[in-house]
Amino acid sequence: MAIRFELNGKEVSADVEPDTPLLWVLRDHFWLTGTKFGCGIAQCGACTVHLNGLTRRSCITPISRVEGGTVTTIEGISGEEARAIQDAWVALDVPQCGFCQSGQVMSATALLREIPKPTDENIDQAMAGNICRCATYVRIRKAIHRASDSLEG
Amino acid sequence: MNRIVIAIGCAALVSLGLCLKIGTAIAADSEAAKAQTLQSPEDFANIRDESKRSVAMFNEMGKVLTHPRCVSCHPRGDSPLQGMDLHKHEPPIVRGAGGMGAPGMRCSTCHDDDNVAFSTEEGSIPGHPGWRLAPKSMAWEGKSLGEICRQLKDQDRSHMTLEELQKHNATDGLVGWGWHPGEGRIPVSGTQEIFGELTQAWIDTGAVCPEG
Ligand code: FES
Ligand code: FES
Repeated sequence: MAIRFELNGKEVSADVEPDTPLLWVLRDHFWLTGTKFGCGIAQCGACTVHLNGLTRRSCITPISRVEGGTVTTIEGISGEEARAIQDAWVALDVPQCGFCQSGQVMSATALLREIPKPTDENIDQAMAGNICRCATYVRIRKAIHRASDSLEG
Repeated sequence: MNRIVIAIGCAALVSLGLCLKIGTAIAADSEAAKAQTLQSPEDFANIRDESKRSVAMFNEMGKVLTHPRCVSCHPRGDSPLQGMDLHKHEPPIVRGAGGMGAPGMRCSTCHDDDNVAFSTEEGSIPGHPGWRLAPKSMAWEGKSLGEICRQLKDQDRSHMTLEELQKHNATDGLVGWGWHPGEGRIPVSGTQEIFGELTQAWIDTGAVCPEG
């Protein structure tokens, strides 16, 4: 059954079983391998994408739920908050191995879109579901503040 | 190639002990006592004294009210609970506006309209369209049945009349989720229908609270 949705600004369709996880479809069908598999059970955040503008763990999202919706992955994220996050990530050399980082960037961007000037507490709450094996948490927090400051102009 | 990347990813996170931790929690759930039955109002007909019958029926309702499937989202703090042992929700999440989580990490980041079975192992992620925490004024965690009862009846803090409470118990979909919690979770005792009948019978007999 073909499932239609918008993926990174383009109308797409995927002919897969309705219970196929979105993450499988992104990686194996569309070859968008920036979104990672870490746990498959909504515990690590490596698979985070935006679904209709909000963060969503793609490993536990059946593709049938995405029908008619809008999905944005690390390959397609754009806008001033995403740019500010990317710049701050590069400036502070945030990633270590990098495996968790696409999920981190998706959550951080979603946070800045809702709270342009987040406190440490806001950051910790928004990022609590994104685990980093390399423990880059301190740099992540710093980079989000830096991105926020840069948006202020 | 994709599978190799996936395998490396899982190996990395298994080393955090996460996959193991979740697996253990699910096993503990399924090994815990089987779902208890819920007696219906007729089963209390032999208690002549109406007040005593009312209390006995509320105690029976308590099997539902204090079941971990219900208490998990009626916590006393700002974080939901999980499992039969009511440990803190993992990953850590906060109540947020309307009990729906924080900006950047709402309940809906993981919980959808339905329970979703995991694709890679046993178990499921719970879901319902109304997924959220109960208001703090309705916290039941750590309270005695008598305290929960008095709280339910206290119009200053309860947002429901007794009539509304009966409807909530008998028909609310999120309450009903407790009897259909998805693979890997022990459902609440009995059925929602019996719970609704018990609530009505408790109200009809004066809605008397247990002591303590
Ligand atoms: S892979 Fe989805 S949360 Fe870990
Ligand atoms: S940078 Fe290695 S897991 Fe986060």
